[in-house]
Amino acid sequence: MIALVDYGAGNLTSVRKALTALGAEFTTPGSPDQCRTARALIVPGVGHFDATSALGPDWHSAIRETVRAGVPLLGICVGMQWLFEGSDEAPDVAGLGAITGRIARLEGDARRRLKIPHVGWNALDLRGPSRLLSGLSAGSQVYFTHSYAAPVTSACVASTTHATTFASAVEQENVFGVQFHPEKSGDVGLRILQNFLDVCR
Amino acid sequence: MLTKRVIACMDVRDGQVVKGVQFQQLRHAGDPAELARRYNVEGIDEIVVLDITATLETRQALARTINAVAHEIFLPLTVGGGIRSEEDAAAAVEAGADKVSLNTAALRQPELITTLARRYGSQAVIVAIDAKRREGGFAVYVRSGTTDAARDAVAWAREAEDRGAGEILLTSMDRDGTKSGFDCEMTAAVSTAVNIPVIASGGAGTFDHFTDVFTRGCADAALAASIFHYAESSVTDLKLHLRAQGIPVRL
Repeated sequence: MIALVDYGAGNLTSVRKALTALGAEFTTPGSPDQCRTARALIVPGVGHFDATSALGPDWHSAIRETVRAGVPLLGICVGMQWLFEGSDEAPDVAGLGAITGRIARLEGDARRRLKIPHVGWNALDLRGPSRLLSGLSAGSQVYFTHSYAAPVTSACVASTTHATTFASAVEQENVFGVQFHPEKSGDVGLRILQNFLDVCR
Repeated sequence: MLTKRVIACMDVRDGQVVKGVQFQQLRHAGDPAELARRYNVEGIDEIVVLDITATLETRQALARTINAVAHEIFLPLTVGGGIRSEEDAAAAVEAGADKVSLNTAALRQPELITTLARRYGSQAVIVAIDAKRREGGFAVYVRSGTTDAARDAVAWAREAEDRGAGEILLTSMDRDGTKSGFDCEMTAAVSTAVNIPVIASGGAGTFDHFTDVFTRGCADAALAASIFHYAESSVTDLKLHLRAQGIPVRL
């Protein structure tokens, strides 16, 4: 069973729908302890980083220990940002810290009419081997909607360029994250979710 | 590079897609889920479902429509028409909408924009503006285009952004359903005045109309209904055309 962590931020309907379409069984854990028995963890999210503060220290430790035991974790959008140490969007809220680095506000470019938020379909520039992005062709397009993003570090397996270049997918052992919305990215997105499910087998 | 989005709009009444000209003379255009399936195959970037009757009796029918469309596509889905309260928005989201589009309600109670942006994030809140050309500016209309709101479209778009809107859906009432081209001047006026994406709507008739609105009109996305509904043109052909004109699209 996959634990789909719901911390009350926004809308899980489309994630649920995509997982169902792929035949995955999932549940929404009511307490941190229910994460410990999961086969995999997914932390979705839309909106503000501050919403992740609903995942208090007990959730942090349960998720951290489960991941340390080798259970795969996928963070989506704000859920990916939460994998890092923190975000400038809510400086007082700690991230999980599973991946080194901090989330910063994206810069636009008024002269080139590159607006923030970064909304729409943009390309993944693949950076080396990845289980999560396996089978994707170069320049595959996915759907983004965000104003903050992760830096390109050694954990970055795909980057995307708007006015600046940021990490659009990260992968470090059994920790995975995507800044875009695979559940809204058509066939490419479903492929990525399927890859994650394959990792969980 | 961020691509220009092509969005299909379905005006829905009693569970069926309909389409009018300048907000009048509605005719049937098919089943929402069936159309959504075709658009998805053809490579549409997003789908907008607008409930154009939006009475209490049709609200449940709308939820069924949203649900049926949401099960056909794994693409961003926007729902609008008659969303007047936080509860209406929550019902649309619950049924499978990723974004809600506010029109009359946003002007009547602008704080609803902020309330929904706080609850779902700005990315989930679109403010739809229906506007007509007027001496020296662009006049905003509400109540399905029947009432002059006594506001200018550019000023209202700016205010909507300040209040937390994530995108503006700008419809030219002069061009709606006429297939005479988007109002590029109005779109550019709004798009250059705000920092959030602007979706141009109203008037799409040829592929070059899209080229125009993405270049001269400074649009971030373009929305059309009729030219896609009756299979006059496929989304794929449109995108191939745009790419040949040097406009970045998802193919």
